Amino acid sequence: MDNVSVATQPHTHEEHHHVSLPQHRHHFETEEQQREAGTFGMWLFLLTEIMFFGGLFFAYLLYRNWYHDAFVAASNQLSIPLGAANTAVLISSGFFMALGVWAAEVRKKGLLVLFLVITTVLGFIFLGVKYVEYHEKWEKHHIPGAHFDISEFVNPQAYGLKEQPLAPDMAAKTQIFFSLYFAMTGMHALHMIIGIGLLVWLTWRSYRGEFSAGYVAPIEYFGLYWHFVDIVWIFLFPLLYLINRHPGQ
Amino acid sequence: MSAHTIVNLPDQRTATMPKRNYINNEDGILSWLFTGDHKRIAMLYLVSITFFFFIGGAFAGLIRLELLTPQPDLMASDTYNKFFSMHGIVMIFLFLVPSVPAVLGNFLIPIMLGAKDLAFPKINLLSWYLYWIGGLFTLTALVLGGVDTGWTFTTPLSTHYLNTHVVTAAVGIFIIGFSSIFTGLNFIVTIHRMRAPGMTWFRMPLFIWANYAASILMVLGTPVLAISLVLVALERTIGIGVFDPTKGGDPLLFQHLFWFYSHPAVYIMILPGMGVISEVISTFSRKRVFGYTAVAFSSVAIALFGFFVWEHHMFIMGVSNYSALVFSLLTMLVAVPSAIKIFNWAFTLQKGSITFETPMLYAFGFIGLFTVGGLTGVFLGALGMDIHLTETYFIVAHFHFVMVGGMLMAFLAGIHFWWPKMTGRMYSESISKLAAIVTFIGFNMTFLPQFILGYLGMPRRYHAYPPEFQVLNVLSTAGATILGVGYMLPLLYLGWSLKYGAIAGDNPWQATGLEWQIQSPPLTENFTEIPVVDHDAYDYEWLEHKTAQEVTTVG
Ligand code: HEM
Ligand SMILES: [Cu+2]
Repeated sequence: MDNVSVATQPHTHEEHHHVSLPQHRHHFETEEQQREAGTFGMWLFLLTEIMFFGGLFFAYLLYRNWYHDAFVAASNQLSIPLGAANTAVLISSGFFMALGVWAAEVRKKGLLVLFLVITTVLGFIFLGVKYVEYHEKWEKHHIPGAHFDISEFVNPQAYGLKEQPLAPDMAAKTQIFFSLYFAMTGMHALHMIIGIGLLVWLTWRSYRGEFSAGYVAPIEYFGLYWHFVDIVWIFLFPLLYLINRHPGQ
Repeated sequence: MSAHTIVNLPDQRTATMPKRNYINNEDGILSWLFTGDHKRIAMLYLVSITFFFFIGGAFAGLIRLELLTPQPDLMASDTYNKFFSMHGIVMIFLFLVPSVPAVLGNFLIPIMLGAKDLAFPKINLLSWYLYWIGGLFTLTALVLGGVDTGWTFTTPLSTHYLNTHVVTAAVGIFIIGFSSIFTGLNFIVTIHRMRAPGMTWFRMPLFIWANYAASILMVLGTPVLAISLVLVALERTIGIGVFDPTKGGDPLLFQHLFWFYSHPAVYIMILPGMGVISEVISTFSRKRVFGYTAVAFSSVAIALFGFFVWEHHMFIMGVSNYSALVFSLLTMLVAVPSAIKIFNWAFTLQKGSITFETPMLYAFGFIGLFTVGGLTGVFLGALGMDIHLTETYFIVAHFHFVMVGGMLMAFLAGIHFWWPKMTGRMYSESISKLAAIVTFIGFNMTFLPQFILGYLGMPRRYHAYPPEFQVLNVLSTAGATILGVGYMLPLLYLGWSLKYGAIAGDNPWQATGLEWQIQSPPLTENFTEIPVVDHDAYDYEWLEHKTAQEVTTVG
């Protein structure tokens, strides 16, 4: 995405110096300064987000070490096809977001709106699949809390699973896996929901032509945010779904 | 391009109130509530944190009143628990964390850098609103019946054993956390990107360095607090078990996450204050701060080390002996940069032309009290000592020496120092000096006895105690009364000065900082033209030289 924006820079750069855009804010000396400040601020914000998720990843690391067998068994309950499909969906939405930034930079309003809409739709698909997965956990009593049921891990054969049975105390630790699964994917989904809200708003503003006259900063910043949310998922997918797919080894 | 260090020393007596300034630029309450001006937002914060300070103070008063006698007579034990919890939560998250950064930092950082505003004025205003939303959640928790977890939200107490309004308070603190993240983010971007021409990193006033370091801590630490509170709230509401031993979770993990924020948070609460002290000491001893670079880097060093000592809050919680050893050592190391600052301020004073204006009195108070607080911190960092002293009144005394004796003194020093700039008015020197002295005396009477109490073994967070501790407790409560008077006084005379105070003029302290070269109160845009900086901070030698020359030409 960055390559694209760098490549198109020379076209727009000339105008930057002459035309004072209406979005230029008085307290910045130059628009250059305003742009740099905005990008820098966005990166710093993403840094705080890394720390936020960092707490969860730390907890994951700790418990995965302690309760490895429970994590393996619980992880095998997740659906790889759905997880992989969602990974693909999210990566494509990131791709269309990058195209959106490019479209804004070359001032193609129609394309920009189109790409943002596609990004939004893919975001919704992701959440839809997530809903299906959550619902399955609900039916299997794999949601931590009073209704949590470990029988599937203590006695997998009875459920037609080829897993090794776990001792009841280790099986109880699958609840920690699912706690983390819901906390991590839930926080990620929350970020997606916020992102989709922003996308709708940005699409509307793009539709009114606000970002196709040389002022692309909000699209760019939002792109950073959206890619960040993608990347979090890229880490979540292997950590949660692919812990150990060779039972018995 | 002659040496145009633009320090101006106008005549105080002929000073007039500037016709146009940020206060009267626009009228009406809405012009304040929707302002983007960093100076107005600073004033909004000042009013807000003062409000919460007196709420927190009321709780402190009630706690001390209960402790006047050994028997539990004023309130039931769980009411007492709620009172000290609310006291801590309000004072730390709603007063001390935002105090110097959000008020003085907001007001001064752009001016000191030679900029017109912070990088993101709207986000600045947003952070004030977030502060209030969080504050209202906290107040709601209070009105509905309070929380009694202590400010530390210790699990499993907070998740399983209490039926008070933990979630409401946690949501409040979560939101306030974002307010402080946004403040820190704004400061960092402003300091990197908005400096005036010639304002190099090593020409920046040390106040800026200190706030920069604190901002790093806010941006990196606060999100970890946020996620730990989210997990506590999820555990309480839907039964997620990350900290729940019955589900295989580990309550110690909560401690790690909480203190990973909360130890850096104590430096969020002291670093900006140290910045204030550098400014005040240098101005009133009319000397450059000794070892400028060392003081600047010590702020950054504190911020860095501060992230690697959190476990000293957990020495008795069953952590491994080896890690306790390492964290003990690191804890002692973090005291080094603090000591560097103290020594450098002392050397700044040496051979300076010291005068004892009110801000300077508060600054002296800071140096003495913070030194005691920091040194007792080293006692607590020593493993053997800590096992005896932890969870006693010694801890209470330690952190009140650094937080109240340190940061609050620094905040008051700063408020008195920049009050003329912020309002254009002087307060009465004699009564403000009196307030500084009363505060110092009251403070020592309140908290010195607590060191002894803790050493003798009086535990913290209980509403009753053995009768032999009564004398020291009475002393402490008496001191708290004096301290209360000391804090009421500024409210009165500073309020009075708004209308009746003498006109301050641009540079009442004859200081060299950029903020003193513009009118008081400043224009909304701070500078009519962006200054070009060609001199170091605190150029008092140059100033002395210049005034000497002026005298010869006149004579
Ligand atoms: C100068 C270096 C410092 C050192 C070496 C130090 C060391 C310590 C240690 C070891 C403890 C834990 C004691 C225990 O719980 O057993 C502690 C507690 C505490 N310190 Fe410090 N400290 C220092 C500075 C500060 C500063 C600057 C502040 C705040 C402005 C502060 C605020 C606190 C608070 C609030 C607690 C108690 C937390 C609680 O349990 O509620 N400290 N300190
Ligand atoms: Cu600490």
